[in-house]
Amino acid sequence: MFASLMEWVDARFPATKMWEEHLSKYYAPKNFNFWYFFGSIALLMLVMQIVTGIFLTMNYKPDATLAFASVEYIMRDVNWGWLIRYLHSTGASAFFIVVYLHMFRGLLYGSYKKPRELVWVFGMCVYMALMAEAFMGYLLPWGQMSFWGAQVIINLFGSIPFFGPDIALWIRGDFVVADATLNRFFAFHVIAVPLVLLGLVVAHIIALHEVGSNNPDGIEIKKNKDKNGIPLDGIPFHPYYSVKDIVGIVVFLFIFSLIIFYSPEFGGWFLEADNFIPANALKTPEHIVPLWYFTPFYAILRAIPSVANSAFAGVLAMGLAQFLLFLLPWLDRSPVKSTRYRGPIWKIALALFIISFVFLGYLGTQPSAGLTLMINNTTLARIFTAIYFAFFILMPFYTSIDEDNAVPDRVTMK
Amino acid sequence: MNNTVDNGKRRFLTTAASVVVGGAGAAAVAVPFVTSMLPSAKARAAGAPVEADISKLEMGQQMTIEWRGKPVWIIRRSAESIKMLASLNDALRDPDSDIVSQQPDYSKNPARSIRPEIVVLIGVCTHLGCSPTYRPELAPEDLGSEWKGGFYCPCHGSRYDLAGRVYKNMPAPKNLEVPPYYFQGDNRIVVGEDPQGVA
Repeated sequence: MFASLMEWVDARFPATKMWEEHLSKYYAPKNFNFWYFFGSIALLMLVMQIVTGIFLTMNYKPDATLAFASVEYIMRDVNWGWLIRYLHSTGASAFFIVVYLHMFRGLLYGSYKKPRELVWVFGMCVYMALMAEAFMGYLLPWGQMSFWGAQVIINLFGSIPFFGPDIALWIRGDFVVADATLNRFFAFHVIAVPLVLLGLVVAHIIALHEVGSNNPDGIEIKKNKDKNGIPLDGIPFHPYYSVKDIVGIVVFLFIFSLIIFYSPEFGGWFLEADNFIPANALKTPEHIVPLWYFTPFYAILRAIPSVANSAFAGVLAMGLAQFLLFLLPWLDRSPVKSTRYRGPIWKIALALFIISFVFLGYLGTQPSAGLTLMINNTTLARIFTAIYFAFFILMPFYTSIDEDNAVPDRVTMK
Repeated sequence: MNNTVDNGKRRFLTTAASVVVGGAGAAAVAVPFVTSMLPSAKARAAGAPVEADISKLEMGQQMTIEWRGKPVWIIRRSAESIKMLASLNDALRDPDSDIVSQQPDYSKNPARSIRPEIVVLIGVCTHLGCSPTYRPELAPEDLGSEWKGGFYCPCHGSRYDLAGRVYKNMPAPKNLEVPPYYFQGDNRIVVGEDPQGVA
């Protein structure tokens, strides 16, 4: 009965073919470790944000006079509204944690290298779209941080020479951040960017399944196939990795639930205290900072002094910091993918890069005039910004002279 | 088929023609959508002048009113603080208010105001648009012993003096803006309109 039904469908739509290509006959390397959970978890988070987002729009009002109160209404009066709202707002931070770990995995095992350049580029586009999504979503509760964060970020565009003020005006739709801005950010946040995001995620996965997954050894499993053309070191994604990923997802949801139920604001890191005060166009909060996932780039922005009476140099540096990530596949000249078999220079460079990224993230949350470890925060931010850029700009040189080790023919199960 | 026909050229011409025509069409269609995001007629019309009563404004006190969605400060300054302004000139980026866009001509003077004791400023930092904090006290702990009173921006640390003039080496590039305003009698001030007789 079911077999004949599938036969009828398959004659009209490639259901079985797609199932096999992407799941039951997609051969993934058998040596995936802990780091390979985060792709699946990122997909789970995307679904979670879309579902909770749909239910939030049923009660949220994108109007400057009603928005703040409608979020409080969701939190207090809507059945389970607090849970849906926290799943969405804390979920955004969880999504970024997962995405950052997923990207770090790519760096660690050289997953951006040939033939996976486009997997990386699509992934970077997903990351950029996610940042736009998060920024516009943060305006919607119309709290003090929403308002002033948007004010500062939109004014960054205003520092572009010649066209800047007009671009900022066009983004805001008014002379100040106002109802028009809130209304359009709502449109972008719930329709435009999610559509782009879904398309990019599909492209990311199609590109991955075209070339096959990398693995902790950075070895192409397609080089060693059995007589049926199946990679010797490969196992079908379903059921092997679908089942394994369920374990990872359960552990993730366990930790995620603990945060949702016991510390959804996470001490101000996931939801800032000032955002529980309604937006006031006449008073800037004492200390404004973006949410943690933007702070590495925000620290770079602040570290660059103004040049020729314009903040544009900082904005340019921030854009460049993100653009360089796109170029990674072409900056890295080493023939070896995995850090396991790469030389000492790469290992040191990667460690310095991660340290500088984390420190920049921390400094971005601190006042620029303050002190960390007895050193002025701006000085520290400048040092780490220099390391951040050196990692990329010097990469073609140090990766060509590095002494990489021999890579085995077959994957190991370390 | 006539072998002398250059098919490559034909294909190029048909492609070029469809790209040009299609591109022009797409650009034309984009115009209404892109311009719909500019400020609407309603947003452009808003911005009527606002009035304030300054009779209860005490020495050194700041009042904030809203004009065009922006904070506008009115502050009554003491004679000493006005006298002190000139001594700061060397530390400022634009001490003589030479940047035309930042004030109307009638407040391009040492105190940047019509009446020296009353200063009117748009409270929006010229860096990235935060609203600076009024810090009239002398040499507070967090701002250092050199502080002579003025405005401090909490976002990126720009400093201004009591006439809204920006100090050198700050993220902010320009002095705070002075809006158009005039006095109606002794105690009423109208923000958003030039005095009569000024075009």
